[in-house]
Amino acid sequence: MQYEATIGLETHVMQKTNTKMFCACKYEYGAEPNTHVCPVCLGYPGALPVMNEKAIELCCKAGLLLGCEINPYSKWDRKNYFYPDMAKNYQITQADQPLCLGGQLTVDVDGEMKTFTIERIHQEENAAKNTHVAGASLVDYNRAGTALMEIVSNPCMHSAEDALAYMTAVKQIMQYGGISNCDQEKGQMRSDVNVSVRPVGQKELGAKVEIKNMNSFAFIKEAIEYEIDRQTALLESGGTVDQETRGYDPDRGETFTQRTKENAHDYRYFPEPDLMPVKIPAEQIEQWRSELPELPAQRRVRYVQELGLPEYDAGVLTADMATSDWFEQAMRHTKNAKAVSNFIMGEMMRLLSEQNCSISESNVTPEKLAGIVALIDAKTISTGAGKQVFEIIFNDGGDPKAIVEERGMAQVSDDSALEGWADEAIANNPKPVEEYKAGNPASINFLMGQVMKASRGKANPGAVMQMLKQKLDR
Amino acid sequence: MADLHKLTIYELSEKLAAGACTSVDIVNDVLASIDATDGKVGAYLTIDRASALEQAKVADALRAEGSTLPMLGIPVAIKDLLNVKGQPCTCSSKILEGYTAPYDATVIAKLREAGTVLLGRVNMDEFAMGSSTENAALGKTSNPWNLKHVPGGSSGGSAACVAADEAIAALGSDTGGSIRQPAAFCGCVGVKPTYGRVSRYGLTAFASSLDQIGPISKTVKDSALLLEVLCGHDKMDSSSIDMDVPAFGKSLTADTSLAGIKLGLPKEYFVEGMDPEVEKTVRDAVDHCKSLGAEIVDVSLPHSKYAIAVYYIIATAEASANLARFDGIRYGLRVDGKDPIELYGKTRAVGFGSEVKRRIILGTYVLSSGYYDAYYLKAQKVRTLIRNDFTAAFKQCDAILAPVTPTPAYKLGEKTDDPLKMYLDDILTTPVNLAGNCALSLPCGFSSSGLPIGLQIIGDSFAEETILKIGHAYEQTTEWHTRKPEIS
Amino acid sequence: MSEANEGMDVGYVAKLANIDLTTEETALFQGQLNQVLHYVEQLNELDVGGVEPTAHAFPVYNVLRKDEVGTSLNHADVVANAPAATDGEIRVPKILDQ
Ligand SMILES: [Mg+2]
Ligand SMILES: [Zn+2]
Repeated sequence: MQYEATIGLETHVMQKTNTKMFCACKYEYGAEPNTHVCPVCLGYPGALPVMNEKAIELCCKAGLLLGCEINPYSKWDRKNYFYPDMAKNYQITQADQPLCLGGQLTVDVDGEMKTFTIERIHQEENAAKNTHVAGASLVDYNRAGTALMEIVSNPCMHSAEDALAYMTAVKQIMQYGGISNCDQEKGQMRSDVNVSVRPVGQKELGAKVEIKNMNSFAFIKEAIEYEIDRQTALLESGGTVDQETRGYDPDRGETFTQRTKENAHDYRYFPEPDLMPVKIPAEQIEQWRSELPELPAQRRVRYVQELGLPEYDAGVLTADMATSDWFEQAMRHTKNAKAVSNFIMGEMMRLLSEQNCSISESNVTPEKLAGIVALIDAKTISTGAGKQVFEIIFNDGGDPKAIVEERGMAQVSDDSALEGWADEAIANNPKPVEEYKAGNPASINFLMGQVMKASRGKANPGAVMQMLKQKLDR
Repeated sequence: MADLHKLTIYELSEKLAAGACTSVDIVNDVLASIDATDGKVGAYLTIDRASALEQAKVADALRAEGSTLPMLGIPVAIKDLLNVKGQPCTCSSKILEGYTAPYDATVIAKLREAGTVLLGRVNMDEFAMGSSTENAALGKTSNPWNLKHVPGGSSGGSAACVAADEAIAALGSDTGGSIRQPAAFCGCVGVKPTYGRVSRYGLTAFASSLDQIGPISKTVKDSALLLEVLCGHDKMDSSSIDMDVPAFGKSLTADTSLAGIKLGLPKEYFVEGMDPEVEKTVRDAVDHCKSLGAEIVDVSLPHSKYAIAVYYIIATAEASANLARFDGIRYGLRVDGKDPIELYGKTRAVGFGSEVKRRIILGTYVLSSGYYDAYYLKAQKVRTLIRNDFTAAFKQCDAILAPVTPTPAYKLGEKTDDPLKMYLDDILTTPVNLAGNCALSLPCGFSSSGLPIGLQIIGDSFAEETILKIGHAYEQTTEWHTRKPEIS
Repeated sequence: MSEANEGMDVGYVAKLANIDLTTEETALFQGQLNQVLHYVEQLNELDVGGVEPTAHAFPVYNVLRKDEVGTSLNHADVVANAPAATDGEIRVPKILDQ
């Protein structure tokens, strides 16, 4: 029998807000433990939550970027469970009326365009951070109560590759949209993965296994692959899959049982009496929509249609938001998109990977690259010299014009200088001259090379060619 | 002793303004009164004498500089569930042992701004769960009118200390009658404000959608002034209503006419099993209002009888979540365990008293998987019907008159073994919390055994001015409020 | 509410609520709470079809706060309130993966 896997993702994304979701404590990664805490996020007696308007805006904008409907009316609920990282022992979240409903995402999975659908995005609050020491655990509440949204996909994926492509796209969109930095090492993007397997042709889904709280794409891929294999093997051997929550142990490359169906939580959701519902008028949604940044897919189209770049270049430039933003900045200082693109895809990417740094750290700023391109376009320097200038600035800094001047890299187009080198080349190389005159135009290239050699590369090749033709065709 | 502790806020304010006494004098008299009687009454949990005298000195200095703050130099007692920076806040529970509040509740900040002297913290039912102040882990409180009887609850300490002249006024909180019922049992005035009028920030939550802080005082006018200080929008409380606060104190005049006012009498509030003395006393009070010019009309609040069922579902459900934070992790009592789950179970077993455990379990149950719709959701829907009853009634009248309690204060220990019986006594007060509107309780007579009986004046949402005006007219033309208990 | 006739399993619910009850407490509460649940069943008399539930006495909407940093608590006070702390963090018995 053939089996197929079905995968759904619950992706938690920490939003880029200054303060927490329901209190004015600062969100700062890596701060001294328990220094950004207050009665509200510590769950002290008498403290009450108040909504952060920026978080609501970012959640709705995330929804708009992912093609969701913004719910005109949404409300808050308490999700009850005891855990030391949950100060109140309930999480404020949205059960039946989330901020965003529906949505979809079309992504390239190994060359095939696939559309994955999103059920909802709801706003909630983050938990504190536990660390484990000998015989005890320590809790730092700095992260407790920070703004966290949960993007819930439908069970619409069928392989680890699907899941990875979906998450990569979500991450890219969240970053482009200014919603979240999605820094996985800082726990800003974590996913719960639901995996089930059923015989092909069976209508209802198989028993759902949830793998909790993973932040590495590599581990998510491994865990999904392991889980599909495990469940398929179980079914093939006539066994049944238990509905349960599992964890992933990256060292052993295996998932393991955490919580069985019998021990499942009873979350006892009920409307949060301390918070008022949210109503979002249509005008507000339109305002937010007008503020949305361009997404990578839209940028790609624009680079091709408006800037005339090849599809390939547009894809490379937009893959990463920082690169794309850098490119856009350079384009404010030049019109030569292809030249800028060539430099980024060539020299820039080579040098960045050699030196293992990011584009924002490069000594070559967008303005300086535009300066180099301008010098080439004005024929002040050759393309080859331009590359040299680029590398000099990348390594040691400096201004393109000044470098060209200091190092005498400017091309020579001056007729009197060129004439001397041209006459010399013609006089010293009678054979190629003969051949050219006899009807072999390629022979002029040898003469050209001689002139370039004599000028030590500084002669303007176009001007040299013109000069040689003038003399020989006479 | 100049008997300053026996006076009202208004009387003391006049004396202070005239230079006839100082705030230090008042605080000294009140402290002496506490020394004389609180051994018997047991209202206070903690009294910070040095701090009270220091605050009084500051108030006197401010007055000398010309300050006219509304409650400058008046000592007030605080129910033990309000957070005051640097003080314990036990909620009469063992589970908050060792907790020091790091912040002021909004109402405490408002009292400070008004110049009040914070006297000390008074007893209550644990986490405000109870109607007799017998569910208190840290001490028992008696009714000053008869020490063998309960003071009512949950704000029993607040009402007892005011009745015993151990404070000029006090703050209480009312979730299902916890201000009005002890005020009635102790012969004081108490106001349950409209939900959202007074910020709940810093009030340890029992049932968030029902809790309101309010005053307990010796007269209606004192309650009006204190209420004015407490009210106002607070951005720290999302349920706080953003609207202007009327000058409740100034709005009360010497005019005692109730002409043009329609008072509703709900037949459902004269319930079966009501003490005949209570019924007669309240009906006499209704007649008295009629004699002041009010028109009495019959109204109906047909869903009143469901209020107890609805209340004990909604309040316990909210409480089960609100009290989950008392877990021995971040503050308060901890009984250690091998893992957090064991720690929680043990800490909460030792830290909570029986009534709190019972209510948390009930509240957990009504929210649990499979029961939510049958209990919680249904209760929320019937809550709507109870609200609608009031909306309809207030189309026919300006305020509603009713008893506060079916009986006067009962004996200590009389009902502690029968929780349901105790719950049923809240039948006349819980509907107002469920509907969210306001109500006032004031003394309207005494039983043959000398225990106070209260009259409840229920107002529409944000109609505090109306009920205060009616109460003030009644009070000025009767003498019940001037009687003092003999504490023996 | 027909399930209510069977009464609640106080032991199970107390576990959900994380309160260790003694056998005596369990038995006592079982009786008392079943009585309360029986009383509450009178709500079944009412037809609430089409009635909206009330969650807030006075629903207002969009009570929002600007995303501006305010004051946090003094770290020493936070640690002083904690029953156990190590290096400025709050110490708890080892958390087992749930
Ligand atoms: Mg969630
Ligand atoms: Zn905070």
